[in-house]
Amino acid sequence: MPQESLTGQPSRLSIAITGSGGSGAVTTGSILLAAVARAGYYGLMTRSAGPQIRGGESAAMVRFGPGPVNGMDDRFDILVALDWLNISRFYDEIPLGAESLVLTDPAGGTVPAEILASGAQVVELPLKAMADAVAGGRLNMAALGAAGAMAGLPLAALEAAATATLGRKSASVAESAVACLQAGYAAAPARPVTAITGTERWNMSGNEASGLGALRGGVRFVAAYPITPATEMLEWLAPRLEKVGGGLLQAEDELASVNMIIGGSFGGVPSLTATSGPGLSLMMEGLGLAVTSETPIVVANVMRGGPSTGIPTKSEQSDLNLALYGFHGDAPHLVLAATDIRDCTFTTQWAVRLVEHLQTVAIVLTDQALGQSRTICDPPAEFPDKLSRVTAEIGAEPYRRYALTETGISPMALPGQPGGLYVADGLEHNPRGTPSSMAKDHAAQLEKRRRKLLDFDYGPWWAEIRGAGPLAPLALVTWGSATGAVVEAAERLTAAGHPTRAIALRLIAPLRHADLAQALDGAERVLVVEQNQGAQLFHYLHGEQALPAGAHSFARPGPLPLRPGDIVTAALATLDRRVPAAVPAAGTSPATTTPESQGHASVSPTADTTSVDRPAPTSAQEH
Amino acid sequence: MEGASTSTGYQAPVLKAKDYKSDINPIWCPGCGDFGVLAAMTKAAAYLGLAKEQLAMVSGIGCSSRLPAYINSYGFHGIHGRSLAIAAGLKAARPDLTVVVAGGDGDGFSIGGNHFIHACRRNMDLTYIVMDNEVYGMTKGQASPTTQPDWRNSKLTPRGTGVRRFQPAALALAAGASFIARGFTGDPSGLTQLIVQAIQHPGFSFLHVLSPCQTYQPEQKEWKHLVHEHAAEVTADPIEAARLIQADDGMSLGVIYAQSLPTWLPPHLSQASLPEIEAEFHL
Repeated sequence: MPQESLTGQPSRLSIAITGSGGSGAVTTGSILLAAVARAGYYGLMTRSAGPQIRGGESAAMVRFGPGPVNGMDDRFDILVALDWLNISRFYDEIPLGAESLVLTDPAGGTVPAEILASGAQVVELPLKAMADAVAGGRLNMAALGAAGAMAGLPLAALEAAATATLGRKSASVAESAVACLQAGYAAAPARPVTAITGTERWNMSGNEASGLGALRGGVRFVAAYPITPATEMLEWLAPRLEKVGGGLLQAEDELASVNMIIGGSFGGVPSLTATSGPGLSLMMEGLGLAVTSETPIVVANVMRGGPSTGIPTKSEQSDLNLALYGFHGDAPHLVLAATDIRDCTFTTQWAVRLVEHLQTVAIVLTDQALGQSRTICDPPAEFPDKLSRVTAEIGAEPYRRYALTETGISPMALPGQPGGLYVADGLEHNPRGTPSSMAKDHAAQLEKRRRKLLDFDYGPWWAEIRGAGPLAPLALVTWGSATGAVVEAAERLTAAGHPTRAIALRLIAPLRHADLAQALDGAERVLVVEQNQGAQLFHYLHGEQALPAGAHSFARPGPLPLRPGDIVTAALATLDRRVPAAVPAAGTSPATTTPESQGHASVSPTADTTSVDRPAPTSAQEH
Repeated sequence: MEGASTSTGYQAPVLKAKDYKSDINPIWCPGCGDFGVLAAMTKAAAYLGLAKEQLAMVSGIGCSSRLPAYINSYGFHGIHGRSLAIAAGLKAARPDLTVVVAGGDGDGFSIGGNHFIHACRRNMDLTYIVMDNEVYGMTKGQASPTTQPDWRNSKLTPRGTGVRRFQPAALALAAGASFIARGFTGDPSGLTQLIVQAIQHPGFSFLHVLSPCQTYQPEQKEWKHLVHEHAAEVTADPIEAARLIQADDGMSLGVIYAQSLPTWLPPHLSQASLPEIEAEFHL
């Protein structure tokens, strides 16, 4: 089994596989992930690729261990270099250390100086010669065999995974692969082999998990336009929707797709679209229509590097501002974020049930790091409640589609229902649905659309809270794909004598003020962690007056993942600061203003943005 | 055809045209052509005996897009240019409904132009009534894609647009519509018949309606002297239809083209259970 890591964490091992186009790096990683699953472990595989459709370099990063794995480590234990072409693209993404091993075939060229500079130990094996000795043999399978031995995986697990994956091509391909695996496995310096008895586990990508959440929530109509990195969710959904009696319509653009699902939902069928940042921008006007006409829809937004076309193939958590604030007018809606791959199912299912019940819009944020990564995980949790659409019962009274009810939820008639005739409208309207420009109707409908979201009891699912309980003086607040690294950082800090709790918001808007205040109770220091440049969650929480004094931000743009060690360093820096003054010095950045004037005299938030690239401002807040 | 006629063996509908008229008073200007579409639509619905709750009227934004509010049926008054998208989603989700889309020339051919050509191509069973008055009326008189290039009455384009007009029928044909007709609000009986035929046609029916704007295009009062019967029989040949449309002055009334083409609907296959689908994730 993998070595104990230097940080004292439960033993996990990280392996990166790199290669140029056609070398089979991603296939190798997929087989490795399947093999660790067969050996009883949990695992995670992320991918990195350039924009090329064919060719170009790619990398597969696998981490595995005896418990759930939701993020990558600070360093890789093993780098498997199938070749050294374009390796420079991965220097940033594959950090190595003196304990790391680099597996390479000297026939494939010398190890680059940048790799050697890490102090990693090089393991040289004649991988190409091993592959050439097998009819139809390939270097990547010999390398996988060797890496499997170095990782302490049972050979049988590797063989079975390769046979299951490659056997679909042909029996001879699988046989050649197994022969190469065996050769590599026998030649490598082996770790003691350990297999564990795993419980029931699933193998799924984040995009597949989101698609399943949509189906579990009851979605039976999807309209969408292809966009990286959301497309795989649509490709997964299209045939499976048909199997459950629904359908997917490929739209001409995102303006169409959002309006198509509004039409489908108006017809009574729970509806969803999936997109990424540029598509979400195009959908904003339609989302406002759904809010105003109270037509339930879900947008699954798989974020990528932005703005504009940005970095379509890589991850970033930078669409939060758009999801929160992109609407014109006052348009209350839901913003949710899945906390890991497995949670993509639960959060998407919950979002569908919420919008159906509350007749509103939910934007569910995931990102490339979740969507296009694959996990070996426990079966995803089911949302246990039976929330559903409140439909109209037609009686003697004339039907009023936008009736002002106590909950703010107005029973909804569906086409085909006699006596429920109404016209859904983006124009402001009166309770009957007739367009109205009168102030009293505007005020009443605005208030109803807000109240129905604010007054609803969202239950315990608003956040995932881990760590050392309410006595922990340090709280890390985060969202989305940063959660895995944040939880791991909290574990390391706690183990190092700094009790730390981690709070990952699943429901970001509307913000659950009381719940968050309770979760933060007793925390002397708060660090808000996210993967974007602008500290978007931090500023949102600040604007909502939800952060106590001493809150800081650790925000760094993509595409490099946030690593636990980076977060530990930032958290320790936060702990080193002394209690901030009540009033910060004049001339501080917008992020450091205090909102006492807004009525929180007892709390004087003093915040600064900290990043690894831009050290925190000094002294002004620290005397 | 005289609305709810009972003398031709056709079973009399239970509902009369006025039953499809809502109690909301139109905001249209006096003399607006769109009143003629409202009247013809209610008569067509009565003739077809459509159950009110099975009819859905979908529109975008503009004077003519107010139509759904005035019809006693389900409806969706959406946002500018997106009526066909809303309607496509509704029809895909609810194929049992009769979905009629209404709007103007700016809504349909400018901001909604992409949806128009793709709706033609997709050929879902929708009826699309475009009330063309060659002007943006609701924003008080700007040039639309069908405005004459030398029309100088807008401050936005004081020298005229100088841009040739769309020919909506030609556009629809090129994009793959399976039913193309032209009507005139000054010919209520003919217009009613065209709406009936458009709804009955299985597939995407494009009904181009000349609907004069008394306020910003008063010269359109002359249209009643300029319109004429479409000279040819309805054709199913797109080459013949293209020739007729290109040779036409744009004022001929009738069904120009009708063709039986595959319509699109999501296939509703088996009823698998979710556990069956989830099994693919199990190790």
